[in-house]
Amino acid sequence: MGTHHYNLTEQFEFTGKAKILSIVGIVLGVAAIAYGFMSGAHERTFANLLLMAYYFACVCMSGAFFLAVQFVAQAGWSASILRVPQAMAKVLPLAVIILLVVIGLGLYTHNLYHHWNAPGLTDPNSPNYDKLIDGKSAFLNVPFFMARQVIFLGVYSIFAVLLAKWSNNEDLAGGLNSYRKSFKYSCVFLVIYGFTTPIFAFDTIMSLEAHWFSTMFGWYNFAAMWVSSLATIAVIIILLKKSGYMSWVNNSHLHNLGQFIFGFSIFWTYVWFAQFLLIYYANMSEETVYFYKRFNGYEFWFYLNLALNFLSPLLLLMDRDNKRSENILLTVSIIVLVGHWVDYYQMIMPGIFELGTASGSGFGILEVGTALGFIGLFTFAVLTALSKKPLIAKNHPFLQESLNHHL
Amino acid sequence: MSNIKYILGSFGDPDEMMHGIEKLQENNIKIHDVYTPMPIHGIEAKLGVKRSRLDIAAFFFGITGTITMLTGVYLATAVDWPINIGGKTHFALPDFIPITFELTILFCAFGLVGSYYASTHLFPGRAPRVMDLRATNDRFIIAIDAKQNIEHTKIDELLKGAGALEVKYNERKYVSYE
Repeated sequence: MGTHHYNLTEQFEFTGKAKILSIVGIVLGVAAIAYGFMSGAHERTFANLLLMAYYFACVCMSGAFFLAVQFVAQAGWSASILRVPQAMAKVLPLAVIILLVVIGLGLYTHNLYHHWNAPGLTDPNSPNYDKLIDGKSAFLNVPFFMARQVIFLGVYSIFAVLLAKWSNNEDLAGGLNSYRKSFKYSCVFLVIYGFTTPIFAFDTIMSLEAHWFSTMFGWYNFAAMWVSSLATIAVIIILLKKSGYMSWVNNSHLHNLGQFIFGFSIFWTYVWFAQFLLIYYANMSEETVYFYKRFNGYEFWFYLNLALNFLSPLLLLMDRDNKRSENILLTVSIIVLVGHWVDYYQMIMPGIFELGTASGSGFGILEVGTALGFIGLFTFAVLTALSKKPLIAKNHPFLQESLNHHL
Repeated sequence: MSNIKYILGSFGDPDEMMHGIEKLQENNIKIHDVYTPMPIHGIEAKLGVKRSRLDIAAFFFGITGTITMLTGVYLATAVDWPINIGGKTHFALPDFIPITFELTILFCAFGLVGSYYASTHLFPGRAPRVMDLRATNDRFIIAIDAKQNIEHTKIDELLKGAGALEVKYNERKYVSYE
C-alpha cells in the first residue's frame, strides 16, 4: 500500500465561470419557455418541459441508484468519488417537484396525456368514446396516475436524501454504523427501484401514446436513464479534475466509469433493439404504428439516436486507452448525454404531434432553450450541493482501496 | 563451463519475491521469467511485460464472425433460396442481427481459446512446460538464464539475501510432468 497525501477536507468552491454560465443557462431557459407560451405553442412547450424535467429527474434518481449499487456491491473503487452522485441525489427532491408540477399542469390543461385524459373518452354515450382507453381506465386515470407519480418519486427522493445524509454523518462520527445502514437500505431501495422504474416510465412517457404499449419500454427507459446518469457523473468528475479538484481520481477510476458507460450503452442498444425487432418481425399494425410515426418525418432523429447512443460509445470506448483518457471519456460522455436527449425527443414528440400540423414539433429555439435552462438548473443545483461538503467521504471504510485503485 | 541452463530462485512469499526482482534489476541481471501460483498485482509493470494483444485478436475474431454470418445469411436468403417471409425484403437485416451477434461471440470465444492454447503450447499430447513444479502450488519462482548471466555466485547471494528459500540450478529448461 502506497502512502498518499491527499487533502481529505478539500471542498469545492462554486464561484466564477461555472456559476455565471449556469445562471445564464437558467435565464435562457426561462426566456425560451416564456417565449413558447406567449407564441401560443403551449403543447410544444409542455412537451419540451416534460422531456427535460423527466431527463433531469432520471439523471438525479439514477445518481441515487449508483450510490445504492456501490453499497450493495460493497464496491471499493468508487469510495472516493461518491460525493458526486450524492450531490445529484440531494438535488432529486427539486427535480421531483419540477416534474410533478409539469405533469400536473400538463394534465390539468390537457396539453399532455390527452390520448387518455380527454373529456368523454371513457363515456360510452359520448361521441369521443374510446373502447381501448376505457379498458385501460382502471390504471390510466388522473388520481391513480398522480398518486403513482407522487409515491414513486417521493420514495426515490427519501432514499436519495437518506443515503447522502448517512454519508455526511459518517464524516462527522466515523465508525461503521452509517455504512451498515446505507448497505441495508440500499438493498431495499434497489428492489423498490427495480420494480417501479418500468412503471414510472410507462406512466410518464409511454402513456403519451396510450393506445400503444410495449413491455420492453420500461427497461429501455431504465437503460437510458442509467447510462445518461453515468455519463453525467463522468462529466462532473472530469471537469472537477480539470479545474484542479479531486487529485485522487486516477485513470483507473475513469477506466471503471468508461466501462460502465460502454457496457450500459450496449445494454441500452440491446433493449432498444429487443423492442424494435419483435415489432418489426411480428408486423402487427397496432404495434408497428409506433415506428410508423418515427419513420415518417422523424427518420433523421431515429437514426441519429442509434448513431449517438450505440455507434459512438461502441467505436470510441472499445479501446482500453480511450477509456482511460480524460478527453476522450469526456467527449463520449457528452455525446451520450446529447444522444439521450435525442432518445427522449423521439420517444415523446412523434406521439404528441401529428405530422404537418401548425403547432407541430420541430427543432428550434424552444428545444435548445429549454434544454439549456435545465442544464443550467442542474449544474447550479448539483454544484451548490457539492460545495456544501468536502469532496471526499473521509471515513468511508473502503477509502484506502479507492485511493490505491489500480487496474 | 557447466551445463547449467537456468537458475531458479524459489520464494515462499510474494513480497520477498518482488524484493528479489528489484535486487536483480539493480544489479543488471536479466530475468528470464517469473512463475507464481496466483496473479501478483503490479508485477507486469515491474518486469516490463508488454501489453497483451489479446484484445486486438478478439476484435478480429469477432469481426470475422460478423462477416461470416452476414455473408452466409445473404447467400442463403437472398441469392440461393429467396422466400417471401411476411412481405419483407429477402435480406431483412434486423431479423438476422441476433444470430450475427451470436456468431460474433462464438468466433471470438473460440478464437481466443485457440490463441491461448497456441501461445501457451497447451494442446492434446503435449507435455506441459513447467520450470518448477511448485510454481503451481506454493512457491514463487524467479528464473534467470544461466548462460547469459554468468555471475552465478552473485545471483545466488542476491536471491538468498532477498529471502529465497532455495536456489536451484537446472540443466534442463523445463521439468515436465513425467
